[in-house]
Amino acid sequence: MAVTDAEPQAPVDNTPVIEHNMATDAATELHLGQVDLLPRNHAVMRMSEVQMAEMADAPLDDENDQTMLMNMGPSHPSTHGVLRLMLEMDGETVVRSKPVVGYLHTGMEKTGEELTYLQGPTNVTRMDYAAPFFNELAFSLAVEKLIGLEIPERATWIRMLMSEMNRISSHLLFMATNGMDLGAVSMMIYGWREREEVLRFFELVTGLRMNHNYIRPGGVAADLPDGWRDSVGRLLDILPPRLEEYDILMTGQPIWRERLQGVGVMGADEAIALSTTGPVLRSAGVPWDLRRDMPYLAYDDVEFDVVVGTYGDAFDRYAIRLNEIRESMRIVHQILDKMPKGDYRATDTKVTPPPRARIDESMEALIHHFKIFTEGFKVPEGEVYAAVESPRGELGCYIVSDGGPKPYRMHIRGPSFINLQTLPHMMSQGLIADAVAVISSVDPIMGEVDR
Amino acid sequence: MTDEATPDPEGADAASGDEVIAAESTGPMAFGCPLVASADGQLVIHPGRDEWLLVASAILADGFRMCIDVTAVDFLTFQGRRELPAGINAERYELVASFINHERRERIRARVQISADDATIGSLTNLYPGADYLEREVFDMFGINFEGHPDLSRILMPENWEGHPLRKDFATGAIPVQFKGTN
Repeated sequence: MAVTDAEPQAPVDNTPVIEHNMATDAATELHLGQVDLLPRNHAVMRMSEVQMAEMADAPLDDENDQTMLMNMGPSHPSTHGVLRLMLEMDGETVVRSKPVVGYLHTGMEKTGEELTYLQGPTNVTRMDYAAPFFNELAFSLAVEKLIGLEIPERATWIRMLMSEMNRISSHLLFMATNGMDLGAVSMMIYGWREREEVLRFFELVTGLRMNHNYIRPGGVAADLPDGWRDSVGRLLDILPPRLEEYDILMTGQPIWRERLQGVGVMGADEAIALSTTGPVLRSAGVPWDLRRDMPYLAYDDVEFDVVVGTYGDAFDRYAIRLNEIRESMRIVHQILDKMPKGDYRATDTKVTPPPRARIDESMEALIHHFKIFTEGFKVPEGEVYAAVESPRGELGCYIVSDGGPKPYRMHIRGPSFINLQTLPHMMSQGLIADAVAVISSVDPIMGEVDR
Repeated sequence: MTDEATPDPEGADAASGDEVIAAESTGPMAFGCPLVASADGQLVIHPGRDEWLLVASAILADGFRMCIDVTAVDFLTFQGRRELPAGINAERYELVASFINHERRERIRARVQISADDATIGSLTNLYPGADYLEREVFDMFGINFEGHPDLSRILMPENWEGHPLRKDFATGAIPVQFKGTN
């Protein structure tokens, strides 16, 4: 591992260094928040498309005609999908900007109200398509909390294994796209190559490379196949030397550092005020990781470090993700040692379908099977919010149940969507070329932004 | 607020800030609002719509520095069956906002009832700039107006879209699509 000045790998620090410098007095004072945070930083362009169209006919204001409005995207290679940016440029400097999203919107939350709880994971898994297991996991955890269902230990550990492998593959994808965006085109090929190895493991376990529908309410869809240990072990052998190569290719390389250090800087206060989570928040020096701070699954039982940055720039966000791959591998090693035996899904016949063999011999099993797949299982009335730490931050699922077999309301809190708010903030007063570095460092997945 | 995940009337009252005086009520209170514990072990408060910003600023002052989520629910076809604390009248819309206190590692969720006749509520953006996109999404999907939001425009649907898709009376598949070569 390359040791650098900005090496953000820090040991676990149990006392978050969050300054408590605001809102200490006068609870009735309404404007005690960061009321002018964004305008102060020229980070807000409050203009709708309609206003933009009106402006096209507006007479030229010679006095202030120094800036130019420019569209970047929606289909720009560096926008990772269909993100459009409205940029107000002063020469090559970005004065203000506004992300315009929605091009991939397919109403998945509305669709979620039409699908049963069993079908739900097929829907949500398509949101953050680079980290599908986390979508399924958040959804399943929420449903299980509503039912009050305990899942077997092995199912929990399988979920953790798949989550961490998925974090590795997602961060490898980031390495590839980040390299590509910044001109290290060979990095794109390396990143995709390593990710493909991980996807091969997913295919072995779930049958699919993406959109697995593997983690379901009640456990997982199938037990780990024979030979899964070898497959994981092979990955854990391959990856460390490859990550060393990344260090040589990028981390210590002067061009790479010049390109990223000091670009897209954001402080801890701004990051918190803007509701960012994940590597974007941690790069600003806030040690917040749901796996450690609000543990779910069995993260209490494994050891890992929360990687935290110091400068809050694009380089920190790159280095955090690179080192999180290493931390995830550390967790996977422990999972290999501790994987318990037992059932891979709950045996509650009302929620999970019976084993195939039981259907031949038991009338009840056949009935349960039929009921689950035709009308689904009913979930008690109530509302619940479950959150997991996805590679991009807090992925939350809010479900309201009316007691029926379909969610009354299913809302996903997508970290990419909220992290995207930081773009105007980080791009302001930077160069247009750095705007690409900033978008890339936030690592938005547009499927999750637009849902 | 207390560290336990169960409602504690005294602890909750004491920390709710001097300015926001809890109204006399039988149940547990926090930030001057009825407090319940949800199925997920989180604390849920039920502020009234008119004092929403006041409550939100008390939440912020209590160290809940991050607004993690803002969403809404349309209870059009599920009226009257919800469990709400005494004194809270069920309305058609419900705004659901979650906050995180990083130091105490706590979450709190607020559920605000908003009537269908006057679907308006104060915007959190002055207190929590991060609520910007989330409130725009709620406006887009439910047609709830946020007073004081600096840029309340559609975010996911096209600008000229009619209706609010996540309302329960917005039917799925209601838009006829004309394909080439069909009549």
